[in-house]
Amino acid sequence: MPLPVIETPRPAPACCTAPAPAAKPAAPAASGAGRTVLLLALGLGLWAGAYAAVKPLSEWLGFEAIGLARGSRLGQAVAFFLYDAPKVLLLLTLVVFLVGIVRSFFTAERTRAILAGKRESAGNVLAALLGVVTPFCSCSAVPLFLGFVEVGIPLGVTLSFLVSAPMVNEVALVLLFGLFGWKVAALYLATGLGIAILSGFVLGRLKLERHVEPWVYESMKAGATFERERLGFTGRVEKGLEAVRDVVGKVWPWVLGGIAVGAGVHGYVPERLLASFMGKSAWWSVPAAVLVGVPLYSNAAGIIPVVEALLGKGAALGTVLAFMMSVIGLSLPELIILRKVLRPPLIAAFVGVVAAGMLLVGWLFNAVL
Amino acid sequence: MRIQVLGTGCAKCRQLTANAEQAVAELGLGVPVEKVEDVREIMKFRVLSTPALVVDGAVKSPGRVLTPEAIKDLLRA
Repeated sequence: MPLPVIETPRPAPACCTAPAPAAKPAAPAASGAGRTVLLLALGLGLWAGAYAAVKPLSEWLGFEAIGLARGSRLGQAVAFFLYDAPKVLLLLTLVVFLVGIVRSFFTAERTRAILAGKRESAGNVLAALLGVVTPFCSCSAVPLFLGFVEVGIPLGVTLSFLVSAPMVNEVALVLLFGLFGWKVAALYLATGLGIAILSGFVLGRLKLERHVEPWVYESMKAGATFERERLGFTGRVEKGLEAVRDVVGKVWPWVLGGIAVGAGVHGYVPERLLASFMGKSAWWSVPAAVLVGVPLYSNAAGIIPVVEALLGKGAALGTVLAFMMSVIGLSLPELIILRKVLRPPLIAAFVGVVAAGMLLVGWLFNAVL
Repeated sequence: MRIQVLGTGCAKCRQLTANAEQAVAELGLGVPVEKVEDVREIMKFRVLSTPALVVDGAVKSPGRVLTPEAIKDLLRA
């Protein structure tokens, strides 16, 4: 019994037409899945235990073991770091794992097949939503753009996807949730999707197809073929772990550095310092934030600490959200890559419409909250 | 055997190329790992996400950085 069980859970190399899995009998696959469920339950249990232990442990470490005074500036900064760093890293690990599993259902190929044949409006909404769950890296922006246009997905719908995919992502949402609570995270999700849907819709209305490099349409071939990867439950869990290694392995120094900056600000910089020029009353702070944010480029993990520092010191939420969106949603490297397929007028319209959406979000929240 | 890596030159593509080169060296295949960086050439393989590993003209892994071990399994098959 043990031998075939060990054989099955080995991750099939992501090869599309391997006949091996189909030939395997169902029984060992099922017990392989059973083993995965067991390990998964164990892992989740450990995670929950660790998460529950963070607060008492961090307080003990900061105030008892190191012996910092509770009211002191240093004590506040260190306690903030000791509590937030493990908490955010744990949250990040769990969510990246779960999102990795969800994403194993939404390959770029499958997303394209879903979007093919959808018209505008409904297509824009769907594209923005799929942008959140489809794995995406800005270096893939061009093949993805071409692949979408090739099967006749409207330009505006494709652009909705390209706005939402980098801007609304799990790392940003987890960090917002962990540091500012679910309301800020939900606001970010809703407004990010809103911008992606509306800007794609507006760009589609502007009839800018003539500003797509001509060779794009020349190379068009009909037919959306896609092969579904046969993963199974164990394979999807493997994908989740792969995502954790990939994402958490890459962003953890950013997160720690960022929380350290946040901690320093927490203890030392006076409250309300930024209120005068980044507060609600300064209407021009929103466009200024977007103008500064577009050429800046960082991943979500790198920008959150800055966001934390800004918010903590009196900057208005709308201004800060607009800044964050412009930094991670519109990036110079991605625009340079897209230049290969889009002519300057279309790039300009793209940046303009998306940035306008971010401005509106900033002003809206500053006015409402 | 012809091994190609599709990618526009991002960090992940370089990683996949390095992993493929390692796998080829460890198997002692003695073939070069070709890099395909031109977008139009990449599109001829009909992939949506890069990097991708191509063996003898067949796309094996779109949008993933495979480990040298996984690539070795692929090349042996």
